[in-house]
Amino acid sequence: MRFVFKTSYNQDIQLFKHEGYWWSYGILFVVVATAPLYLGDFEIAELSQAMSFAVAGLGLMLLVGFTGQVSLGHAAFFGIGAYAQAWLLSVLPISFLVAMPIAAAMTGIIGLLLAIPLLRMTGIYLAIGTLALSIVLEQILKNWKSVTGGFDGKAVEPASIMGYQFNPDSWDFYYVSLAILILVLVICANLLRSPTGRAMVAVRDSEISARSMGVNVARTRITAFAISTAITGLGGALFAHKLQYLAPDGFNLIISITFLLMIVVGGLGSLQGAVLGALVVTLIPQAITVAKDYLPDAIAHQPGLEPGIFGLILVVFILYEPLGIYGRWRKLKLFFDIFPIYRKATFKRQKVFLKTERMR
Amino acid sequence: MTAILSADSLTIRFGGLAAVDKVSFEVQEREVYTIVGPNGAGKTTILNMISRINHPSEGRICFLGNDITEMPAYRIAGIGIARTFQNIELFEHASVLHNLLVGRHCKSRTNVLQELAFLPSVRKAEMVHREKIEEVMDFLDLQPYRDQYIANLPYGVRKIVELGRALCTEPKLLLLDEPASGLNVEETENVAFWIDDIKNDLGITILMVEHDMSLVSEVSDRVLAMNDGKMIAEGTSAEVQSDPEVLRAYLGA
Amino acid sequence: MIQIVVAGVAQGCVYGMIALGFVLIYKATEQVNFAQGDIMMLGMFTAFTLIATGGLSWWLGIVLAIAVTGAFGFFLDKLMLRQIIGQPQFAVVILTIALGFIFRSVAGGVWGADPVSFTTPYGRTIVTLNESETGNTVIDVSDLVIILGTIILVAVMYAFFRFTRIGIAMQAASQNQLAACYMGIPVKYIFSLIWGISAAVSCVAGILLAPKIATFDPDVGFLAITAFAAAVIGGFGSLPGALLGGLIIGVTEQLAQAYLPGDFARAVAPVSGFVILLVVLLVRPDGLFAQTQRKKV
Repeated sequence: MRFVFKTSYNQDIQLFKHEGYWWSYGILFVVVATAPLYLGDFEIAELSQAMSFAVAGLGLMLLVGFTGQVSLGHAAFFGIGAYAQAWLLSVLPISFLVAMPIAAAMTGIIGLLLAIPLLRMTGIYLAIGTLALSIVLEQILKNWKSVTGGFDGKAVEPASIMGYQFNPDSWDFYYVSLAILILVLVICANLLRSPTGRAMVAVRDSEISARSMGVNVARTRITAFAISTAITGLGGALFAHKLQYLAPDGFNLIISITFLLMIVVGGLGSLQGAVLGALVVTLIPQAITVAKDYLPDAIAHQPGLEPGIFGLILVVFILYEPLGIYGRWRKLKLFFDIFPIYRKATFKRQKVFLKTERMR
Repeated sequence: MTAILSADSLTIRFGGLAAVDKVSFEVQEREVYTIVGPNGAGKTTILNMISRINHPSEGRICFLGNDITEMPAYRIAGIGIARTFQNIELFEHASVLHNLLVGRHCKSRTNVLQELAFLPSVRKAEMVHREKIEEVMDFLDLQPYRDQYIANLPYGVRKIVELGRALCTEPKLLLLDEPASGLNVEETENVAFWIDDIKNDLGITILMVEHDMSLVSEVSDRVLAMNDGKMIAEGTSAEVQSDPEVLRAYLGA
Repeated sequence: MIQIVVAGVAQGCVYGMIALGFVLIYKATEQVNFAQGDIMMLGMFTAFTLIATGGLSWWLGIVLAIAVTGAFGFFLDKLMLRQIIGQPQFAVVILTIALGFIFRSVAGGVWGADPVSFTTPYGRTIVTLNESETGNTVIDVSDLVIILGTIILVAVMYAFFRFTRIGIAMQAASQNQLAACYMGIPVKYIFSLIWGISAAVSCVAGILLAPKIATFDPDVGFLAITAFAAAVIGGFGSLPGALLGGLIIGVTEQLAQAYLPGDFARAVAPVSGFVILLVVLLVRPDGLFAQTQRKKV
């Protein structure tokens, strides 16, 4: 068992609460940063894609995992970020690094404007509202030809700094993605250790007492939505460079659901979960491709195998590990931390009976 | 002594039913004022109207001489009214520390952009919040539970955490909705001590709704008895308990 | 005009019936079933197997298909959804979305991704109402059958919930699980039964829909997303609201298709239901026939 003695308030506020964190995250950073040395180009390209998904997932995690507002339409904001990036680079002579925050801000502003009416809804209504929104936005992407190129799609100017052109499938773009991911992680962690982040969690757990504690609930939800969409838009902008060519059906409902899958599998309510989830979601198709060689033909070449397996994984997680991969990791850690007194019941969920509050 | 809170012919109707009917009272500074009455008498509804969760159909509420009848609910904590809930409304999937920090929300002045970058000003403000919270934790003996999640705490401790969260807003007036419900005798006695301390040491006025008459007579300066949304008696605890109207309300007949 | 409205009403009835399935489950268990459309799809394929492959008569085929789908819904709840009672609503949403993915995938494996169809006794007959120089007003018989089928279904369901013992028990269970349980109502069984009924209702919707859209494939379940919009427009807790929401969307889609200028129609018509949904929700965030929901403290 480890005891951590706290000697100042600062210690609780730090991102890394004690030196163990420096070690574990330091090693993780070294492993990730040296990846191009021991992984092939293909794996590196896959990892950079996972990172842009992770950024988008972090955005969604803030909204779903920390504010408790379900969105089934985040692919739309992912798409807005991507198209905004492509459009900015095609009309302005600016570096892609400058365009990215602008694209993110544009997405955030659109998110903010939509949030003001949208967030009058709650719960399931909000989920459906965002779903409807994403379907409508997809239709706009398809039909607003002057900006999005419609069905023909839109090419994205290659990412370059001072003449150096980044190759989206190689190590140099990998580092761009990594840097952005780390930046977003720090931003999210900052938010969560500040009053607004705490207000978000408060709104998630009990709106009524959040209000009595002085939290402006409506404003907190709208802020969370705007920040969430901005971050997802940033992920989209990054993804645009990865894709190099945007088509409207790349940002449909399936992607929204993939994002949700990411954060559920990774572990709701933890930033680490969003990143883990993105990794898993990127790895599954690869794993399926590999597995296909070993499966009987009838199953391997069945249409819609991939979404089916996605679904199966989700079902298994919801039924057996609702806290996701990160939740499982925490349990393992606790097991070793307090060995040998770990009890199975530590994480046991309370049974809740439904007593409806609907009035008739 | 001056009135810190005054309610003037408060009325609220749900459908046709007047849950609270023309209730007027004044709470003096640094007193413990208790509302008692059978279930459904409208006690909690009065607290809900003061903390602006329910909107009165008629009547006015004044706090420190200002009319707060139209104020949005989230501003109530900022002007100095904090509350606890009958059935505990804590943030279940967060630690005790986190819960108390939310209590400091009304005191935070930093904006989102500063927070995203976690500027030194944010850090400084955070330190101040933490210091205040440690005071409250020491006051209520919450240190052992500091980093525990609410979902893992026993009922009695949750009640105390909720009280602590209300104290973290540094209120002038504290609304307690059945602070002793669900507690055992020993825990109820602790609550009585704390209420005394909150009144005498922290100088906070308390408006309380409670069923446990022993607690009520121990801590209350004045008591208001209600039945069916109407006031039936006001006075010291002993006076109210011997009031014939009150006896009738409780015992029938 | 009349033929557009009739087609719209028929389409709306299909949406309405699927929405009815959503609302039934939601009302009783506060679970939201995103796999409703895929259950409908399974029902349609079951009917296809029985009628087209198995060579049964249409009547026998649909009765069996409805029974099979109903049983499927029943056991889906008993074996799957039961596990996560007490978890937040969100978990159910994710679980049913995932189940939908699986159903679609399995259907693709069993029946293939190619469109199929089965014959009906009324086929694609068309009734001509009045002949005139400007053009005939024609009405598809399958549309009329859908409308008729919906009316019968609604009447049966109304009678069931209003007059039968088990229907009333369902209403009780939906209001307070624990209290209903203490009153001797087998709440778990009732919930599974509701899932069964809901699946059967969506199967009816699918079977009536099949001749209207001529052919279908495993992706036909996506239709339910529009039906979802219908349920929400109606207020998601109201059975008549669900039907009305379906009708509003069905008619609007057809009108948008027919009367908006070419390019615009192509862009707007497929999503007109969602546009209406957004407008309705902006004006009334809880739908048209909302049951007010406020937490007591």
